Amino acid sequence: MNKHGKGITLTDFLHLKKELGDDNDKAEDKKKSGTENKSKSKRGVETIKEETPHIYAVYEVTKYIRQKLDRDEVLRDVYVKGEISNLRQPTSGHLYFTLKDERSELRCVMFREKNRKLKSIPVDGTSVIARGRISVYERQGKYQLYVDDIQEEGIGALYRAFEQLKKKLKEEGLFDAAYKKSIPVFPRRIGVITSSTGAAIRDILNITRRRFPHVHILLAPVAVQGEEAAPQIVNAIRLMNRVNAEQMKIDVLVVGRGGGSIEELWAFNEEAVARAIFSSEIPVISAVGHETDFTIADFVADRRAATPSEAAELAVPDKREIENNLSSLKLRMQQNAFKAIEYHRKQLESIERNILFRTPMEKINQYRQTVDEIKRSITAEITHLIALHRKSLQALTGKLDALSPLAILDRGYSICSRLPEGEIVRSVRDIAIGDALRILFSDGEAVSEVKEKKGKGGQENKLLTQINTD
Amino acid sequence: MEEVTGETITFEDAMKRLESIVETLGEGNLPLEESLKMFEEGMELCKFCNTKLDEAGYKVEKLMEKEGGEISVEEFQAKTEE
Repeated sequence: MNKHGKGITLTDFLHLKKELGDDNDKAEDKKKSGTENKSKSKRGVETIKEETPHIYAVYEVTKYIRQKLDRDEVLRDVYVKGEISNLRQPTSGHLYFTLKDERSELRCVMFREKNRKLKSIPVDGTSVIARGRISVYERQGKYQLYVDDIQEEGIGALYRAFEQLKKKLKEEGLFDAAYKKSIPVFPRRIGVITSSTGAAIRDILNITRRRFPHVHILLAPVAVQGEEAAPQIVNAIRLMNRVNAEQMKIDVLVVGRGGGSIEELWAFNEEAVARAIFSSEIPVISAVGHETDFTIADFVADRRAATPSEAAELAVPDKREIENNLSSLKLRMQQNAFKAIEYHRKQLESIERNILFRTPMEKINQYRQTVDEIKRSITAEITHLIALHRKSLQALTGKLDALSPLAILDRGYSICSRLPEGEIVRSVRDIAIGDALRILFSDGEAVSEVKEKKGKGGQENKLLTQINTD
Repeated sequence: MEEVTGETITFEDAMKRLESIVETLGEGNLPLEESLKMFEEGMELCKFCNTKLDEAGYKVEKLMEKEGGEISVEEFQAKTEE
């Protein structure tokens, strides 16, 4: 039987019994032995029909029932409402109790690892909703509820509604990150939807005023608990969006309230509120309760804040932080601009260095300079030469003066030339007595006639000159 | 707080622009003239942001919808009865 226990159906189970007619060990043997049993089994069935029904062992029936229950869709996850009685918790730490109402009782067990999570262990007489699966404790042959969670009644119902709505909206995609709008960093106007008298608005105003005293807070006062709360919240979200569209831009909405019991927070678990938040054009920060309370509004909001104070911090930046950020940006910008200028200056310098001997313009300038220099030196040279020439000219002129015959005349010489041709008389032999001679003096001339002549060394001629002045 | 038209840059945009200017200048591959232009723009943005920060504009108002759908906004005095 043990080997057949897995996945066996009742039909299989009964069939096997019937065809084998006998105890389990035999059944196993026969089944193993294969096809030869087929003919026998038909006979066997007929035989059995005439015999008394097979008698099961208790554990076989229990096991069968257990398998049946375990496969049941409904019994796998049930919420059962009842009053707790006979509660005991032995040293094992497991919790045993009976759930009962006027008409029936249900044995329950909640294992240690499950009941450890309970905020408080319920006491006898408490009305609760227990959630778990129904199965059979085979040893005692008793079916019981294997409890995963216990909620006190009322809360239990809410809890269930919460889980159901959460599942539904999640499946619809209302919680998808793709739909989450980003919260603006520097809002000008914040819409706050909460009670006008609660701690939430006080905290929000305190924090926004302290952090960012430039923001316009627009409060839509609503009831945040009780039956009125959900419709008022829905209406306020709608109103804010209308104002945003028609009158003035609202950058972000804060929707919430301070902490409370699950009943007190319930409005934020209502489907209408969730849908209003989802369809808001203005990004929504949910701010419900204290840190551990999650509401449907938290899941559907664009941003979840654990508390209204945190919502205020998410909604507005810290002015001091911005100022610091701004001045550090300014400093960095100045440094970067300075660096950029330095960079360009260095570039320029390196270009200048490179350009010096490379570019044609520079060459031309070089040539130009050379030309200038040459020109300068040539000019100097020429000036010098001119001066030199002028000097030698003067010298030559002096020489010339010295050589002039007229200068000799000054010194007492005279020049004699023979007329009529006027050739210069250099020797006494050139003249004859009776020749006419012209004598040139420095200050005039005279014509004379040779009277006698006498050469040097004895030849004596009579030299007589008759001078006729002009 | 007056509603600004699209012509005026928002504080957020100004800060973003300023950040991008700082980045761009930091990369250092802009022509000098543009760098200087950006720097000037950045200084203007700093001035703008500081001016905005110095504007005291904190205001709390209560938004109500009257019967017939008329929107009313009035000053809100926080009561801290708790």
